[in-house]
Amino acid sequence: MESLEQIKSRIEAAVPGAKTEIVQNGSPAQQHSLLIDNEHAVAIARFLRVDPAMCLDFCSNVTGVDWLDRVVKKTTKVKKLVDGQEKEVAETTEERIPGYLEAVYHLYSMTHKHGPVIVRMRTTDRAGGASLPSLMPVWRSAEFQEREIFDLYGIHFDGHPDMRRILMWDEFEDYPMRKDYREPDDYEWEPTPHDAVLEKAKQHYAPRPECDGAEAIVEPLKD
Amino acid sequence: MSQIDDELRTELQRQGVWVTSIQELYNWGRRNSIWPLQFGLACCAIEMIATAASRYDIARFGGEVFRPSPRQADLMIVAGTVTKKMAPQIVRLFNQMADPKYVIAMGACAISGGPFKQGYNVLKGIDRYIPVDVYIPGCPPRPEALLHAFMELQSKIDEQKLTGTDKAEFLNPDQPSEFPVPRFGRHDLEPPANRDVFQPPIIER
Repeated sequence: MESLEQIKSRIEAAVPGAKTEIVQNGSPAQQHSLLIDNEHAVAIARFLRVDPAMCLDFCSNVTGVDWLDRVVKKTTKVKKLVDGQEKEVAETTEERIPGYLEAVYHLYSMTHKHGPVIVRMRTTDRAGGASLPSLMPVWRSAEFQEREIFDLYGIHFDGHPDMRRILMWDEFEDYPMRKDYREPDDYEWEPTPHDAVLEKAKQHYAPRPECDGAEAIVEPLKD
Repeated sequence: MSQIDDELRTELQRQGVWVTSIQELYNWGRRNSIWPLQFGLACCAIEMIATAASRYDIARFGGEVFRPSPRQADLMIVAGTVTKKMAPQIVRLFNQMADPKYVIAMGACAISGGPFKQGYNVLKGIDRYIPVDVYIPGCPPRPEALLHAFMELQSKIDEQKLTGTDKAEFLNPDQPSEFPVPRFGRHDLEPPANRDVFQPPIIER
């Protein structure tokens, strides 16, 4: 199979105006992926599918990723006048990168028996109506998986013929796989809680005013 | 109904005189033909199927007639994980069963949510909405455990009285035999539990 750089340059040659970017994966897996722009996503996907050298005819997996807002600190060296002398001073600037949602497609070729090529798309923000183009017209197998992403991450896929929730009920309003999701509190009966569940179960414990705060009292060590 | 003394009855039986009561006959008939509702929810259902098959053979206890209709079933074996999306259907099926009706909560999931207890989408025990007669722990419970639960249920049926102040609950016209079906809410099922059925003890630290 061609390298990701070759694929990227061939996409850009074949689909005019397409913007792609290689997303490095620093982990031992070294599975780098290709970030494609939403505007040309369907054209790029169709190219990947029909191109005789690539022939990625099998979309094995589609999933979502939730990236929260993050703050990146950058240290730059700036020349400044300190006490009349010019000195190099390190200056840190904070940059706030707004969060976004991602859809990740794992593509294989049944014909050439190669893959995976990992393709990503990003939404502009994490709002409720965040949308991406659907790749279901290219790979039919994406139908249910895009519905699942819509259900759990809240990405709306434009061009999908049946954009409904697939696992949760239709009246449900949350997106459970988002990192800021909080599940409903039904921890009133936890006979053996531990860790995170213990913290939730504590909210339902019977109050013991005579003992409250007793845990904080530490007996002084005797010599 | 006059009750015959148990000792006298045993003594009479020893002498070759067979005396019984309507209650005894009635319960004998009921406990030896418990027809379960035919449905499974997850892997516990596989064990339930194994229990019904020839190796474990639930027919020895009169429970082999799995009915596909709640109208004909006496027993609901909640075999598997009850998701919140499935819970209203389970309650509705139980409501459609005719009295007397019984529930076996089979496996960790049906009891408490089991390994999925911390999930947002799994009901933390079917006893939040319907009364459970026998709980079987296990993940999944072995067929022997289901048979044991079945026998426990049989002895429970055997002890039910038809008359008197301590008669069986299903004979009491005031006793509810239908339970409110939870609705799909915006964040959770509404209500999250039926407080008339589900009254967990308040845990002290």
